[in-house]
Amino acid sequence: MSSGTADFEALLREALSPVDPPADLMDRMEATLVNLTELASEELEAWELRTMRDPRNWVRPAAAVMIGAGAGTALVVLRVRARSRSRRQESSSLLDLAERTVQDFAEEARRVLR
Amino acid sequence: MSTNNSHSKADLDAEFTELYKRHLRDVYSYSYYRVGNHHDAEDLTEQTFLQAYRHFERALRESNGRPLRPWLIRIAHNLAANFYRDRSRKPESTIEDAGLISAPHTTEALVEGREELKHILAGVAQLPDDRREALIMRFALGMDNREIARALGRTDGATKVLLHRAIRQLEGMVAETTTAGQGE
Repeated sequence: MSSGTADFEALLREALSPVDPPADLMDRMEATLVNLTELASEELEAWELRTMRDPRNWVRPAAAVMIGAGAGTALVVLRVRARSRSRRQESSSLLDLAERTVQDFAEEARRVLR
Repeated sequence: MSTNNSHSKADLDAEFTELYKRHLRDVYSYSYYRVGNHHDAEDLTEQTFLQAYRHFERALRESNGRPLRPWLIRIAHNLAANFYRDRSRKPESTIEDAGLISAPHTTEALVEGREELKHILAGVAQLPDDRREALIMRFALGMDNREIARALGRTDGATKVLLHRAIRQLEGMVAETTTAGQGE
């Protein structure tokens, strides 16, 4: 870089000095951003409440509960079925086997719900 | 879950505040040299940060840790383009005149009594948009070639050439004005 070019660039740097923003701009901007953040969070809370008041929006939470319950039931059935052979061996009669199976179901359901 | 979300939102707001404090002067300087007066520069700066706030989370995610200053300046650049398109106008006043209608600031004071600096500022105002912007980013904001390239959406090589040509053209314009002034 020649000294002429360097001199010109120095002048250019001097002419295009950074410009300080007015002091009140910073205050104003900060206030705007704080308001925006608060508005956004209030809007989100209000939206959640509004959404849950409308029965059409209950489908998702209800579905989640049903899926959870379904998974629990399947677990109980699997565990009870897994022990069917030992129950059959331990049972003295068909009535005794039925009783033991019902007890097993109740016990497993209690465990899953706990 | 909601605690985690509110925590990350708080982190995001804190990061944005940092970004804002670090680059307010950059965005304001860019805006000022782009529009030529304080009133519109303030508007442009506010709009730039509001726009940035809306898309900050995504910008953070996609920046992969790279500095966000070029992104901010690109927002200001796009808004300034809209500003002119909407109002169908170019800056109405020169930078020096603008000082008279608003608070005194360093640039007007600096060029006062310095003919060569006045000629340079007048020359900058006459440059094609892309060359003027590249010079503002380099000399007013101190951005390097890579940052300018990202802000203008160009390659590093193209940006280097753009800057070189802008300086050469401006140097020629200033020399011409100075010679004409001496001949009078």
